[in-house]
Formats: sequence, C-alpha cells, structure tokens
Amino acid sequence: MGGGTLVEAKDVLGMSARSTSRFQPWGPFEERSACCEPHPLIRAEKLSLYYGNTPAFEGVSWSIYQGCLTALVGPSGSGKTSFLTCLNRLTDLIPGCRVIGELSLGDLNVFAEQTDVLQLRRQVGMIFQKPNPFPLSIRKNLELPLREYGIIDRGRTDHLIEQTLNDVGLWREVQDRLDVPALRLSGGQQQRLCIARALILSPQVLLMDEPCSALDPLSSGVVEDLIARLRGQYTVVIVTHNLAQARRIADYASLFWVHDGVGQLIEEGPVSQIFETPQHDLTAAYISGVRG
Amino acid sequence: MILLPNITLSPSRVDQLLVWILQGLAAFAGILVLLIVGFLMLEAFPAVRQIGFLSFFSDASWHPVEGFYNVMAMVWGSLLAMLGAVLLATPLGICSAVFCHFYAPTWFVEPYRKLIELLAGIPSVVYGLWGLVVLVPLIGQLHPPGPSLLAGISILTIMILPTIALMADASLAKVPSVYLRGAIALGLSRWTTIRCIIIPAATSGLSTGIILGIGRAIGETMAMLMVCGNVVQVPTNLFDPMRTLTANIALEMAYAVEDHRAALFFTGFLLLGVVIVMVLAVDYIKQRHTYA
Repeated sequence: MGGGTLVEAKDVLGMSARSTSRFQPWGPFEERSACCEPHPLIRAEKLSLYYGNTPAFEGVSWSIYQGCLTALVGPSGSGKTSFLTCLNRLTDLIPGCRVIGELSLGDLNVFAEQTDVLQLRRQVGMIFQKPNPFPLSIRKNLELPLREYGIIDRGRTDHLIEQTLNDVGLWREVQDRLDVPALRLSGGQQQRLCIARALILSPQVLLMDEPCSALDPLSSGVVEDLIARLRGQYTVVIVTHNLAQARRIADYASLFWVHDGVGQLIEEGPVSQIFETPQHDLTAAYISGVRG
Repeated sequence: MILLPNITLSPSRVDQLLVWILQGLAAFAGILVLLIVGFLMLEAFPAVRQIGFLSFFSDASWHPVEGFYNVMAMVWGSLLAMLGAVLLATPLGICSAVFCHFYAPTWFVEPYRKLIELLAGIPSVVYGLWGLVVLVPLIGQLHPPGPSLLAGISILTIMILPTIALMADASLAKVPSVYLRGAIALGLSRWTTIRCIIIPAATSGLSTGIILGIGRAIGETMAMLMVCGNVVQVPTNLFDPMRTLTANIALEMAYAVEDHRAALFFTGFLLLGVVIVMVLAVDYIKQRHTYA
C-alpha cells in the first residue's frame, strides 16, 4: 500500500460511519429497462491520467449509458484498465497517480475532494482479471460486505446470499457447502463468486477488467452468459481483449489506441457501428485483425 | 535441473555428486536432533529407574539431597511464565506489525522496524540485569518481595515481543495484494479489511511467530534466573517468587551428582516435551482456522 493510500484510507475510515446515515438507495433498477435509450450515467470530460509524469491516457471525453453493457477494446498499454480504475477511484492506491479533467457518475463528481470514496465503491463494484475471493468460506465472502454496511441479521443475510448466488447461477453448485473455503472452488466458480460478492451490495455500476481471460473456455462461456444477463439491471463497463466476446455481449464499444506511448480514445459508439461500419481506419484495421 | 524423489532427470555426474552431498547434509541435521534426544534419554534413564517416573510428580517436594524429586512446581513456573508472556506479547506483536503495515507514516516504518530488530538482538543477560536492578525493585515497592512471576512474565514479554512482531510483519507482507485490492474495491473499511481478511490470510505466518515465541520463552534461562527469585513453589499469585525448569538446571548442574544429576536431565527432557506439546497445539489451531 502506498503512502497516498494510507492517507486516503484514514479519511475514508472516518467517513464510513457517516455514510450510513446519508446513504442514497441507488441500487440496481427494479425493472429491466430496455437498455438502449441513451441516457448517460458516466461522463468523462477531457480526462487524463498520469503515473508520475508518464501519461497513461490523455483527453478522453466519453459518455457511458445507463443500463448498457459497454466494452473497452484495444491493444495492451492503451489505458483501458487505467480508465476503468478511475471509475471507482482505485487510482488512489497508486502513489504519484494524478487525474486531470472531469469524471462524473450521475451527479456525483468522482474526483471531488468531498466525495465519499467508500460510498462510491459501494455503488461501483469491480471484478478483476484473476478471481480474488478472500481466503474465507464461501458464506463469509458474501457476508463480509453485508456486515460492513450494517446488515447483520442472520435471516436477512442468508436470504440475500441465496438470492445473489442464484443470480450468478452458483446456488445449486454450492448450496450444501457454503462453509468450505472459497479457494477450493474452480476458477470459473471463483469468478462468479466474486461477481456475486460485488452484486450483493446492489451496486449501480459494475467494472470488469478482462473477467474471462484467466478462465478456461467452458467457464469463460458461463461467466460471459452471466455478464450478458446483467445488462439492463446494471451499468456494466468491461475491458476485454476478446473482440468476439465484445461483439457478442456489448451494446456499446470503444477503441483505445496507443499514440507515442500515450493511450487515447479513438472511436466509440454502438457495437454495430464499431464492428460493421467503423468510422476510423484504426478501428477497421484492429477489428479485422490487420493491426494490433 | 529437475529432481523427482526417485528420478534424476539430469544424468550428469556432478549432479549425482550434489545429490549425495545434499542427502548427507540433510541426514546430518536429522541425526543431530535424534542424537540430542537420545543423549537426554540416556542421561535421564537412571533417574527414571532409580527414582521412578511417578516420583517426579508425586514426591512431597524438590529436595534432591533428601531424595525428593517433585518437579511440578517448576513445570508450573515455566508454563505460567511462558503463557503469561505469550498472551501479552502476541497481541502486542501483531498490533505492532499491523501498525507498521497499515497505519504508520512511510518515513516512520523503516526506523521502527530497525528498532524492533535491535530489540531482538539484545542478549538475555542484559534483559536480566535490567530486570534485576530496575524492574524487581519496582515490583518490590508495589508488593514485596519483588523477584516474582510478574517480573518473569514482564521480562519474557519484552524478549519474545520482537520475535512475534517481526514474524507477523513478514507474514502480513506476504498476504497477496489482490485481497487488498478486492477489499478496497468493495468499499470495505481498513479495519474490516485487516480484521476479516488480512489477519486470517496471514494466520500461518502469525502462528509460526507464536511458536518461535513459545520456544524462546520456555527455553529462556539466564534472565529468568535473575528476576524470578528461584524459590521452588507453585506461585499462587503474580507476586510470588518461583523457579523455572531451565533456571533449576542452571542452578544445580554444577554440584549435582548421580540421581540428582539424572533428575536434572529428566527435567531437560520434560522441557522438550512441553515445547513439542505447545507446537502441536498451535499447529492444530492453525489448521482449523486456515482457509487458504
């Protein structure tokens, strides 16, 4: 943990006590709205990110629509993951990381001084490339975030755990062994448990950093189907190197590219545009496999 | 070079030589332990034969000249001093490591760690001397006579604190950062993260630290001899003087002959037994609480 993080976490610790009182019940949508009435939820305005003096990406202006599944594609080092970590301010963990420009989530200014980071991260869940269940039992993995936010009644937590495991299609596989270590599950099951762990807090946005790339093809397919089912209920932003996957599941897509070592947003739009009628030469080259 | 237990995949002569050398060294280390245990048994055997095994636990008292060999008072002395020290030093040591990793300002961590390492390097006779001239008179003012179980526990706590703190420090550093990132992305507070994820993930290293602490505490001779008063009695409160098994051996070995000498070897053997039991107990607790 870097020096910056410590200061950060110290502030945040004080805030967590307050946050329960002014918790806004955002949560997932009650009904699955048709995703694609373009209603922007996340807005980036000339957003740039620097590690020390080295830019990761520069000048990204982009809107991500509510309830849609948006894919970020592009070669390695083009700033996709860096962009993703801005959305839940995981960038705070990196010493010397600076963010310039505007980023808003609804009417919340993500990088404002007074933003309650814990509250932000409750609303913006994240799934990592490598499944990272905690070294606890399956049940405790899911109980932990609930308890953190004051849901301690056993009946209520049990109900939420069952419901969420059902949502990710894991309930039938683990219902009679909730108390075994989560690390004994297979890779695909672990990743679905991680998704459940993020969903159990009823976030509004889910960030996914290549969630299938560490899994075998079969598990990858199961997780992909699960992600596709989240459309409409959550706003999903997914980084993927798998173009076919992006095309299969995403509503919107964007292409990041590296220019002189700096990531840039080249083109964004509906998946049909990116994959069928790309406006930019680089996009055409990338999706057809000529470049990248 | 790839070695499987019975197959050497690399057939070179040098390799075979290396295997022999390594096998020889490993055998030497193993045989050394067996030799020491064997020697202890050989020297203690006359005592068991002449005095009788049960006499060590049922005699009226420890008066070797008159032929009374009850060691229970000293077993209790050793156990109580060790337990007291471990109970105090374990939370202190773990707190010290947690502070180092998660709360201390960056500039403070390295000097602090160096100080703890220095504490680990101070010879026990120096602790004993300090205990004798500073601590014992202080306790004497509080509640005479001064040399006491409390003095022993205090000195032992200070002596094993650095061992436990340094081991805890190392094991916290080994907790994979993905757990930390996962916890932060979930919006868990720092305290919850430490308590529910980091500490359980580090259990194995933490208990190794405790085992080392136990070994050092029960084996400590010089400092205990200097501050505990060396009266052979089961201490009934913290201010009673008492004698440990180790101090007993050190005090009487110089003039002990025949049965008395063998009885002292028997106490050495007993010491070994106590350490083995404690190590197995910690191992058992560790296995029950590890999910990794």
